[in-house]
Parts: sequence; structure tokens; C-alpha cells
Amino acid sequence: MSAKTLYDKLWEDHLVHTDEGGTSLIYIDRHLVHEVTSPQAFEGLRLTGRRPWRPESAIATPDHNVPTLGRAKGIADPVARVQVAALDSNCEQFGIMEFGMSDIRQGIVHVIGPEQGFILPGMTVVCGDSHTSTHGAMGALAFGIGTSEVEHVLATQCLIQKKSKTMRVSVEGKLGPGVTAKDIVLAIIGEIGTAGGTGYVIEFAGEAIRALSMEGRMTVCNMTIEAGARAGLIAVDDTTIEYLRGRPHAPSGDNWETAVKAWRDLHSEPDARFDREVRLDAAAIAPQVTWGTSPEMVVPVNDRVPDPDSEQDATRADGMRRALDYMGLEANTPISEIPVDHVFIGSCTNGRIEDLRAAAAVAKGRRVADHVVQALVVPGSGLVKQQAEQEGLDKIFTEAGFEWREPGCSMCLAMNADQLNPGDRCASTSNRNFEGRQGKGGRTHLVGPAMAAAAAVAGHFIDVRELQ
Amino acid sequence: MDKFKKFTGSVVPLDRANVDTDAIIPKQFLKSIKRSGFGPNLFDEWRYLDQGQPDMDNSSRPLNEEFVLNDPRYQGGQILLTRDNFGCGSSREHAPWALADYGFKVIIAPSYADIFFNNCFKNGILPIVLNNEYVDNYFALSGGESALELTVDLEAQTLTMADGEKITFDVDPFRKHCLIEGLDDIGLTLQHSEKIRAFEAQRRAKAPWVFGD
Repeated sequence: MSAKTLYDKLWEDHLVHTDEGGTSLIYIDRHLVHEVTSPQAFEGLRLTGRRPWRPESAIATPDHNVPTLGRAKGIADPVARVQVAALDSNCEQFGIMEFGMSDIRQGIVHVIGPEQGFILPGMTVVCGDSHTSTHGAMGALAFGIGTSEVEHVLATQCLIQKKSKTMRVSVEGKLGPGVTAKDIVLAIIGEIGTAGGTGYVIEFAGEAIRALSMEGRMTVCNMTIEAGARAGLIAVDDTTIEYLRGRPHAPSGDNWETAVKAWRDLHSEPDARFDREVRLDAAAIAPQVTWGTSPEMVVPVNDRVPDPDSEQDATRADGMRRALDYMGLEANTPISEIPVDHVFIGSCTNGRIEDLRAAAAVAKGRRVADHVVQALVVPGSGLVKQQAEQEGLDKIFTEAGFEWREPGCSMCLAMNADQLNPGDRCASTSNRNFEGRQGKGGRTHLVGPAMAAAAAVAGHFIDVRELQ
Repeated sequence: MDKFKKFTGSVVPLDRANVDTDAIIPKQFLKSIKRSGFGPNLFDEWRYLDQGQPDMDNSSRPLNEEFVLNDPRYQGGQILLTRDNFGCGSSREHAPWALADYGFKVIIAPSYADIFFNNCFKNGILPIVLNNEYVDNYFALSGGESALELTVDLEAQTLTMADGEKITFDVDPFRKHCLIEGLDDIGLTLQHSEKIRAFEAQRRAKAPWVFGD
């Protein structure tokens, strides 16, 4: 038997059945549910008279559609209101625990799952949302699924899968000061491309990954899908275990000790072989800024917008020209000369307490530049918001001219009222810079939280290391 | 799900790589709690000149004449021809719902994003992977006065042009079987209920914290 990767171990631990063609049924331990990708799945259960196999394996919350202002008044948009109400009634009917819009535990599914200790090492985790990859930070096999699969998991507690290939991305050495998890993952995507991970599960390893906090690891795993891989993984270590200790849904007493013992085995064996290996030097990573309409269109902040004329591949060059046109940018412009008029700090990528602290450290004692129309700070959950307020971060932000909002997905995908207008240019801590992602015609530049705050106060992109 | 039958249809050439699911169906249409009715908003931001909203009358909206879906040659197309990494980004199944609702039964591309690829099969859409050489050739043949016509035979795994030129494609045998028979995955999985229960009991003994014990 060859040495196992972490993915091999998780796969084997959940394998219910495999047919001759290699199509397998894997058992699902945890299911996160939100309002956008679940109503048709619940409707499917009703139409077929099926019940959830294990309703206590799921947790639900509305996040995509919820307003971040004036929440006490409810949702103004009637279509969104119906969708959130459908989640409430579906959870009620099918016995699923829900943190409703007025619950302090409400927030972005991928923030509240780990926060509650609901997602634990060694689990399989699914959600009708591609950023489910976040939970790989816990040493859990976690991936996004479609609505048909949401229904399938609700009805059977299993998923039909084929085993993926494995890739290890090792980030060796130490990050420089002012360089964060977001910069690591953007640099990785820049290296392997937005389809580089298609068909793979990526394990992130190396000194720089081990040195990250759990929240930093979640940021890295969150954006695995932006490299095309459905799941990212990080081995369990002391950092993982200390993060989980005492969380509401984490085991306690003897169960905790037994669990920790089992979790300690959740790493790839030293001789394990991966289908692909990628190495990055942490010390060479600078703060990153995307310039185009795909997360792979990324450069260091001290670089320039690339020139399609120097791209050999015709399809790629064509994509670059289209991106420059959409983004309203000229090739060879220094990144630091690009002005921004909107800033968004939040999302399942960067809406956790450490992200808000990093942004507040930059905002403190400074002012949002005059021409910046809006600078939003949207905590990832009610509990993150509460913690930030206890630390006085809300005051720092509001005194600097940022808006302090209620938790949700907000301007990451702009399903609620938080949207860009055509031509608006936003420094955003979210995960996708696709055309129209933050509003039709909106122009998104992905950055880390400190870089976003720095862009807000400078009014253009700036190397945050120059501010500190 | 309807059974996937052999058919002849015209090809709509969408010559872009990395088409993401936000482009296929923008977020404002995801507020629907239904599975149907997304076709008129397929590629909404590229297809129309104004900003689309869920309650609009799409028939009176200004069209972007330069977008391929609005080209008179490609009306009624059932086969979408596109480039690498089609369907990347969000897991929204509204993307294949919109494609199917518009009338697409087959997609041809050199590669797809994993979640989207999987979602297609759950909705009776066959995503075919062809190498760049064939894809380039189909794009070249789609540039004429009328659309390229192809006969798609899933049983035989062939694509045939009007002149009889035929190529074969690969497809996972289980997925092929499900498409041809129009099978419901959940029903198939529930045939393994005993195995799932046995697995669950064993997992519960080994990792009781997963079950809140």
C-alpha cells in the first residue's frame, strides 16, 4: 500500500460504495444551506415525498440576499424577501437548524460554520456554494455542489463522486511583513491559472502555510475554487486544534480527547505522492492586485498592467484585451496609479475578525480619500461584528469615513442593494473580479484587507508596506 | 429528467475562454425559487444593452446585436460551442437551468469547470470535451453564411456533420447511462440505503462527535 495523502485518507473514511466504473458514493457529514441554492432542492423533496436523511447534519442561514443596512425593517426587495422567507419555512418544515436574519449567529455560511465549531477536521462538508472549499482549512474535505446535489445530499446523506487527482502547493519560507494569506492565494492562482486546479484537490503545505492562523488558512482554501479546484486542504496541527477548542458545536470532555487523537492523523504521509507538485517561495510574494476580469489576472502592487501585445497565445491575448477594455485600463499602467472610487471589505474570503483588524490598523487615524464615494466594511457574521465592536474597530472605521454594516455576502456578489454602478472601480477583499460580479459594468480589483483599506485612504492602489 | 435522444441541431459559436457562471446567468436572477424561466436571461449582460431585472418584459429590451445569441444565423441553436474552462466560478445550477431553458442540449468545449460540468448532467445537458483542433475547426466552419449543423448521437458517442464527416467523443459510462435513460440520481442512490445505514453506524462508532453524541 502506497503512502496516503490527506485526501486519500478523507476519501477512504467516507467511501460507502464504488461501482465498476469508479463512480463512488461518499458519505457527507455536514451540509451548509443558504437561501439562494436551496429552494428548488426543498421543492424537489416535497414533490417526491422525501425527507432529509439526517436533518441535524445541516445548518442554514440567509446570507446572499440580506440587507446590510436597516435590517430591522426587513428586506425591501420583494423577490429577495420571498427567497429568505422560503428558507425560513423550509427549515421549519424539514427540521433544519437555522440562524435567521435577526439571530446574532447569522452570517456568511462559510464564516459561521467554523465559528460555531460545526465544521470539524476529518469531515466531509458540502454546500450549494463554490466557496465551500473554505473549510478545507480545518482538514475537512469540503466542496461546492449544485442544487440537484443539495437535494441529493438532503435525501441520501451521500454524494456521487469520482476520486479527484491530487496537487500539492508548497509555499516555502517566510512571508515578508505586510504580506497576507490573500496575497499567497492570489499569487498561487496567478501561477497555476484559473483552470490550473481543475480535476484536482489541492493540499496547501509548506512553512508559510503552517505559519498562518486558521483564518488565514480559510482565506487560502476559500479561493481554491478560483484556481479551478473544488477542494483545498490543509493538514491538522496545533493551530487547528486550538482554534476549535471550546467552540459551541465542537466535542467536549472525553469526546474531545478522542477526537483530537483521531485528528492528529489528518496529514499526508511523508512519502505520499501527488499527481502534481507546485512550489512557491513565500519571500518572493508581494501584496497582490488583480487588474482584469479573472482572478488569474493578477500582479504585484509594485508592477504594471500587463501588455497583451507581449502575450504569445492568441486566445489569451484576446481575453486580456477584452479585460482591459472592460476594466477601462491601458496596458503598462503602474498599478499604483490606478485610482479607486469604491472599497469593499468583507466576504467569506476576508470577512473575519483578523481581516477587520488588519484593515482597521491601516484605517486608524487616517481618512478615506475625498473622491472615494463609498467604503464599506461588512463583517462576516453577527458574532464577528460583535467582537469587532468590543474591540472598537467599528469606531476606527467610521471615524475614518468607512461605513459599518450588518453581516452578509453584500457586495461580493451584489445580490442585495450593495452594488457598483457601471464604470465604478472597487478595491475589494472578495474573491471574484468577473465582469458584472459587483454590479453591471462595475470594475473589481481583488486585494487583501489591509491593501483595500490602504487604497481607501490613498484613493488609489498603494503598497501597504509603504504606509506601515 | 427527459431521456437524451439523438438529434440534429445548429451550433452557436461563443468564442471566449473562461466564461463564468456569473456571465451565464447574473446574480439578480438567482432570487427566483423556481427551476424554470431563466432562458430569456441567459448571458443577460452580453445579450442586452440595458440592465436586466427579474420582473422585466425581456421581449422589449434593447439587444446587443454584436452578441452571438442575437445573430440571425444562430437562432434556435441547440449546441453551444465555446472555449476552455467554460462555467467557471459560482456553483449556481441556475447556469445549466438557463442554458437548458434557452434550448441548449449540448455544449462543446476543450474543458469545463468541475462543478458546472457535473451540474449539466443533472439537467439533461451533455457537455462534450473535444481537443482544440476539433474545436478550432468547428469555429471556422461556424463563420459562414449559415450555422454549422451537427448530429449528436450519445449512444454511439459521435458528432456528425451534414456531409457525413464524423468524430467520436468520450463520456463517462455512468453519466451516459443516466442521460440516455433520464434517470433520477436520488432514486439510484436510495437503492443503496442499507449500505448507507451500515456505513453510518460504523462511522458513528468511530467518530461519535460527528453525530453530536
